[in-house]
Amino acid sequence: MSTSAPALERRSDRILGLRVTPLTRRRMANFRANRRGFWSLWVFLALFVISLFAEFIANDRPIVVSYAGHLYFPVLANYPETTFGGEFPTEADYRDPHVQRLIEAHGWMVWPPIPFHYDTINYALPSPAPSPPDAVDWLGTDDQGRDVLARLIYGFRISTLFGLTLTVLSSVIGIAAGAIQGYYGGLIDLGFQRFIELWSNIPVLFLLIILSSFVQPNFWWLLGIMLALTWMQLVDLVRAEFLRARNFDYVRAARALGVSNPVVMVRHVLPNAMVSTLTFVPFILSGSITTLTSLDFLGFGLPPGSPSLGELLLQGKNNITAPWLGLTGFFVLALMLSLLIFIGEAVRDAFDPRKVR
Amino acid sequence: MTALLSVRDLHVTFAVPGGAVEAVRGISFDLSRGETLALVGESGSGKSVTALSILQLLPYPAASHAPTTRIAFDGIELAGARESTMRDIRGNRIAMVFQEPMTSLNPLHTIEKQVAETLYLHKRMTPGAVRARVIELLRLVGLSEAERRLDAYPHQLSGGQRQRVMIAMALANEPDILIADEPTTALDVTIQAQILKLLRDLQQRFGMALLLITHDLGIVRKMADQVLVMTKGEVVESGIVAEVFAQPRHDYTRHLLAAEPQGRPQPVAPDATALVAAQDLKVWFPIRSGVLRRVSGHVKAVDGIGFELRRGETLGVVGESGSGKTTLGLALLRLIAGEGLIRFDGQRLDGLSERQMRPLRREMQIMFQDPFSSLSPRLSVAQIVEEGLKVHHIGRNSAERRALIEQVLLEVGLDPDSTERYPHEFSGGQRQRIAIARAMVLKPRFVVLDEPTSALDMSVQAQVVALLRELQRRHGLSYLFISHDLRVVRALAHQVLVMKDGKIVEAGAAQQIFERPAHAYTRALMAAAFDLEVVESAATAQ
Repeated sequence: MSTSAPALERRSDRILGLRVTPLTRRRMANFRANRRGFWSLWVFLALFVISLFAEFIANDRPIVVSYAGHLYFPVLANYPETTFGGEFPTEADYRDPHVQRLIEAHGWMVWPPIPFHYDTINYALPSPAPSPPDAVDWLGTDDQGRDVLARLIYGFRISTLFGLTLTVLSSVIGIAAGAIQGYYGGLIDLGFQRFIELWSNIPVLFLLIILSSFVQPNFWWLLGIMLALTWMQLVDLVRAEFLRARNFDYVRAARALGVSNPVVMVRHVLPNAMVSTLTFVPFILSGSITTLTSLDFLGFGLPPGSPSLGELLLQGKNNITAPWLGLTGFFVLALMLSLLIFIGEAVRDAFDPRKVR
Repeated sequence: MTALLSVRDLHVTFAVPGGAVEAVRGISFDLSRGETLALVGESGSGKSVTALSILQLLPYPAASHAPTTRIAFDGIELAGARESTMRDIRGNRIAMVFQEPMTSLNPLHTIEKQVAETLYLHKRMTPGAVRARVIELLRLVGLSEAERRLDAYPHQLSGGQRQRVMIAMALANEPDILIADEPTTALDVTIQAQILKLLRDLQQRFGMALLLITHDLGIVRKMADQVLVMTKGEVVESGIVAEVFAQPRHDYTRHLLAAEPQGRPQPVAPDATALVAAQDLKVWFPIRSGVLRRVSGHVKAVDGIGFELRRGETLGVVGESGSGKTTLGLALLRLIAGEGLIRFDGQRLDGLSERQMRPLRREMQIMFQDPFSSLSPRLSVAQIVEEGLKVHHIGRNSAERRALIEQVLLEVGLDPDSTERYPHEFSGGQRQRIAIARAMVLKPRFVVLDEPTSALDMSVQAQVVALLRELQRRHGLSYLFISHDLRVVRALAHQVLVMKDGKIVEAGAAQQIFERPAHAYTRALMAAAFDLEVVESAATAQ
């Protein structure tokens, strides 16, 4: 007896080497159909990739220097001033007009578009810091004379990286915890649930305040604490899916075949549980970014001097007479979070089984 | 005499992404007062859509009729009628009973409230009068202890009782036409017989017309005056039941009439040794009550079952829902915990841990009822069938495994090129074949078949039964065939075990049980299954 379906157009079943089921293909088409989310994804990815190259876009060193026939890359390595015929064996200050003259005499240099690093203080400001936007500092400077645009780019990068790392790690832990609870049930589930209830009552902010009183919290400390305290977000969702799916016939059939429990969980139950989980991920990401921003705003986040959006907002609050600070922070943050929300909506559309285009 | 309901040129088209699907292609029929008309066909033929069109219950505007469609009821045109007109007719002059009583009743309302709702909608009655009428209706449909049951919720009633409540709701306003959409498909055989008898009695008492939709020809034979045979949205034959069944003119009608599971099982070799034995098998689920959750009692799903199954033999386990048949099958394979002796090929299974059971699982496989939920939706056919091979390290490399998979797919009657397809691309019968392939590729000796044909159409059932019989003959398999459908069991089983409430009621050779049932319950079961007759003494009104 031959199969009833006629010869379907068998497009290649793989994208980038990964096997793509017809279901995944339909989901991708649904995602593309949400134009706003689709374009938001591209815009966000473009901004993120650009910000990854922040050192090449906003830096107080040139990207490439050609001196006496040799090529130097100050962006990547430190060169003493003597390399360029200077007097001091310390690192060359490329913003110093003297050093610039030395280099220009025997070669050329290519500067990044924004000739400031996030911690470069511009001493030659036309008005006292914070100075309004002008031709040199396109978005003005903050209250210590540092270029706002440069801080913005580095701050965007740190926020996004923090958010992504936190999201990925907490999702992995949360999914694993939910899977074990839901699949095995019984005492494991009961015990774990009680533990989560207790654990989620720990106040994050107070813990951070206590921490910052005896150690200087940096990126990794913050990540660690946040991870330890907020991995519970996905647990309920995944646990519910596993509790439901473990009674399905195909799970029973797999166990009847002799497949071991972990393999059943990963191969049969997890793909179905991931559907609702993936729709949450963009929102968790935007939540993580907001968390870091709020911590920086309160002063309990990254160490002083680090570029961050929260710190920009704090300066905006402290310098109402310099509206470019607050407005820049606000618009960038609003843009970032809006993009993520649009992406999240499109992901939700993609996984909605009832959506008919 | 003009017909009460006159349908002309009914077309139903559904707009779906990628085009339009024509579910019903121009059918016409008449229904007179007091007549019973049966719409017969397999799944997908358009019977339910036809019934829903009469009451204009389709999801308009995704569904649409042709401009020439006319549905005339007592002079009123129903196709495209205003919602207010339809509301007067629905539940009042034309009533409908659906297939699944659990999903058709609101789980949050008591049955009094649900039956009263239709009375409040269409009649002006005081609450006292409504209550009296509800009790009268529930008594009419044979619901025992009607007054005590008024406050019951649907989940507190059995399937048969819920269906009776649905019928009470439908009859509350003494409609002219009752549309019954597969009213007994989800019920056990004895209950089915009782509900059909009830419908017939009520129809005669009220002089209602009955439009009966079913795929079961036995019901048609028993209940209907006229029959319409539908396939793929068209009527291929119509006429008086006796004539159509005696002399079917269309090929499809002949095909339907012949689609009962045929044949008898291959006789067992006389020297066959015992393969599976069970003794005093018990599966008791504890009931915990009280503040300290003490075990106050047990739900005895399986209560002391014992049997012996030889090589190449099929044991048919029959019983109604709730008798413990599925639990027995799962407990035998150690998929749920139970007590009692289980012996497989001389080795005791009941004390083994899960790890010790794993290598033995190759020899014992299971097939489930629902072809849609028993295959993992995200794995291709090849991956599904390959899973067992990988676990038990059969086949040294993927090429060898591939060869084994293709061989077994050929054996079960599937195209070996379909290995990269996904389950949702196949029909129900084909999915059951994939499930059979998954079990057979390991070359087991014992297979538990848990109602494998219940969710399939009649003609597909016959094919799957023939396939199972052929596989048994070729490989000398032993089957534990669990089913409530006695016709299928008769075609496959050597021995039969009749279960009720977890206990064995009767056991013996199949021929003896089918021809000379000793126990009263077995007699009632046989009468209900084969003749749709109600045997009053043994069966209690459920």
